[in-house]
Amino acid sequence: MPTPIQWQIATLTAIKTETPTVKSFSLALPQWRPHRAGQHYDVRLTAPDGYQAQRSYSIASAPERAGTIDLGIERIADGEVSTYMHEVLVPGDQVEVRGPIGGYFVWEARQGGPLLLIGGGSGVVPLMSMLRHRHAARSSAPTRLRYSARTYDDLIYREELATLGADSGLEVILTLTRAQPPGWTGYSRRIDRAMLDEVARPLGRAPQVFICGPTLLVEAAANGLAQAGVPASRIRTERFGPSGA
Amino acid sequence: MTERFVSRGFVGKRRDPAAATANRIPPGQHEVKDFPVLSAGPTPRVNLDAWTFTIEGLVRAPVRWTWAELRQLPAQTFVVDIHCVTKWTKLDTRWTGVSVDTLFEHASLDPRAQFVTAWSDGGYTTNMPLPDILTGRAFVAYEYDGRPVAPEHGGPVRFVVPGLYLWKSAKWVRGLRLMEKDKSGFWETRGYNNHGDPWKEQRYTGD
Repeated sequence: MPTPIQWQIATLTAIKTETPTVKSFSLALPQWRPHRAGQHYDVRLTAPDGYQAQRSYSIASAPERAGTIDLGIERIADGEVSTYMHEVLVPGDQVEVRGPIGGYFVWEARQGGPLLLIGGGSGVVPLMSMLRHRHAARSSAPTRLRYSARTYDDLIYREELATLGADSGLEVILTLTRAQPPGWTGYSRRIDRAMLDEVARPLGRAPQVFICGPTLLVEAAANGLAQAGVPASRIRTERFGPSGA
Repeated sequence: MTERFVSRGFVGKRRDPAAATANRIPPGQHEVKDFPVLSAGPTPRVNLDAWTFTIEGLVRAPVRWTWAELRQLPAQTFVVDIHCVTKWTKLDTRWTGVSVDTLFEHASLDPRAQFVTAWSDGGYTTNMPLPDILTGRAFVAYEYDGRPVAPEHGGPVRFVVPGLYLWKSAKWVRGLRLMEKDKSGFWETRGYNNHGDPWKEQRYTGD
């Protein structure tokens, strides 16, 4: 019988406000072990009477950073766990977690590329782990990130993405679906076949694809790429639905 | 015995323990009203003219139904609670389809068969002990809530085994393979529990 992944008590070392609805939570882990970019941790909250609630949250940090992980968490209206994380927790607090979990939506630099990452909203979090890992591992895998948010202020990791965008072989393609600031030169619409084609074509016929976001985006991107001839086995998906609260 | 950890300031949105549904939410799960979609890859495009459903492996002879033939089998409506390992539970989901018991009336099972793999378009597989899908415990569904099962929810036909976490309810199912020995499937070889009983919270390998 294999050993279960054990719960451990992490210490919250920092909270960073990324957007009006998304914060990064840095957790120091007594039993840290390197994750694979794309994996998640489970968070379990326990009330004094023993009542518990659990959710899964993607890791945003690179596995190269020993001892701590960053979880990217969107505050969901009426969310039981995300509202607690956003509104109650302060640095120094303890949080029960276990992980890393997930063995399919993962990328390691030694797998190489080309790499096509498609994210929507907080679905960019596990993709950010892949980009940070790519950077830390000095990977030169040709990579394109196509990332959509509703508005400029909703872009998570905006400044870091601009910095990483200078990495050789990485291209960041943004689309703002609801409102655009003056002078916006990126895309201004939801994903469609033309956009998919423009984003994917420079990477050839069979890039390794990771898609994470709301169901409509994931369905459109995954099925569109499959119909355009990308082998289904190269397309890996993860959903961030309204029930991720 | 270590003292139980308590999350500072956490109250939670607990259910009324007197509510009729309170004992239907397994540990670590919470109820949702929508129906989230989770899949590992693209949704397969299925041509119903070429579609078949097969029972194979440890049977005297494989049995195969076309789409039209499957629709001729005695149908039942099942109202079941479903539990996804990603922590959501949906109560009273309503499906129409054919029970595994009915399917097995047409197949002569080898008594050595103890495990089953459900396999799907797109290459997905998932395994379970045979008793977990017998005596009304599992069915193949072609209608959800009175309509054809949507492709993103596993249509045209989804395997449904409500007693196990929902990754065992294979979308786009095309057949059942009966086996003497257990063989871990797609998620079962990628960190998820081999059995997946939500009431024992068997989420991940070793739980």
